[in-house]
Amino acid sequence: MLAVRDTRDREAFACLFDHYAPRLKGFAIRGGASAAEAEDIVQDVMIKVWHRAHQFDPEQAQVSGWIYRIARNQQIDRFRKERRPEPEMLLAEEDTAPDAGQVVALEQEAAGLREALSRLKPDQREMVERAYLGELSHSEIQAETGLPLGTIKSRIRLALDKLRHELKDMRPS
Amino acid sequence: MTEIAHHIPDEILVAYAAGTLPQAHAVVVAAHISLCAECRAALAAHEAVGGALLEVEKEEAVSEDLRNRLFDMLDAPAPVEPAPPRRNGIYPGPVAALLGPDGQAPWKSLGFGVKQAILRDTSEDSLRLLYIPAGRAMPEHGHNGLEMTLVLQGSFSDEEGRFGRGDVEIGHDALEHTPVADPGPDCICLAATDARLRFKSLVPRLLQPFFRI
Ligand SMILES: [Zn+2]
Repeated sequence: MLAVRDTRDREAFACLFDHYAPRLKGFAIRGGASAAEAEDIVQDVMIKVWHRAHQFDPEQAQVSGWIYRIARNQQIDRFRKERRPEPEMLLAEEDTAPDAGQVVALEQEAAGLREALSRLKPDQREMVERAYLGELSHSEIQAETGLPLGTIKSRIRLALDKLRHELKDMRPS
Repeated sequence: MTEIAHHIPDEILVAYAAGTLPQAHAVVVAAHISLCAECRAALAAHEAVGGALLEVEKEEAVSEDLRNRLFDMLDAPAPVEPAPPRRNGIYPGPVAALLGPDGQAPWKSLGFGVKQAILRDTSEDSLRLLYIPAGRAMPEHGHNGLEMTLVLQGSFSDEEGRFGRGDVEIGHDALEHTPVADPGPDCICLAATDARLRFKSLVPRLLQPFFRI
């Protein structure tokens, strides 16, 4: 990703594409897109990744989390015809060399997260996936939010509890 | 500036990250995050979870055609993206973006010095600014669905505690409360609802649709 950002390296971008495009397509289909719509979404997301590469900051986020945000925004745009409101941007700090310690810490956290996710039981895993990757198509939103959000909230809370539990178990005490 | 004491609960942050919140509530979340470093960091953590799940998402083969098309597009100039929202006085960027071109809220009187400005009203959700003079009570009401209230100026107190600038009160189905604006600057807050509030006094139920409350 940094090669894409700093030297506009097309080969590095090709690697990124080959890794993420099939996953993004799977994600979009789960979000309620048809196969053809999903390809459009993949295209829109990857072109944004290319153009917005300068905004990527490895001290702040993992590549996958950053792409997740772009992908979800793209799906919302498509299904709701409305942009998701975004917080104000933080004023960029006068950038010095990236803090290697910070980047490594983020990578370790991400590894821990993957490990915790892999240790969830299938039904817990399913809950977590539904909370973070759940469908966005119109009927689903209505069905879920129309029920006074209570269903969504309790499902997500339960999923988070399981995930936290796994993360805590892994932490050396 | 005083510390923010009442934050966005995790399950609502996840729903925001996942895009499953109604638009009105998403504005409240984005506005709070604009004021709160703690919730900004928490949101990033949830996006990391989303990213970790994306890494292991079921793969669907993409067509060669898409790949070629995309690489042909890389040399085209980047499309102009809308500028990120800017803060306007007490209004955080995501709220300022909903005000008129003059940057003013479309206030309408509800009587007794209480005013409201409707920023969004759909069949699913609504978003409004409320102006409550110091010492005055918000009309007593119960809730349907999820109500989120973010204080932008002044403060109010109710059975749940005291809420100042940046604080968010989450109203649940069972909560019946009577917020009163504290002495000091008049209270201005941003309120998102996903069903019409049931006001018990001040405005008879029959008139609610008329006032669009
Ligand atoms: Zn907060």
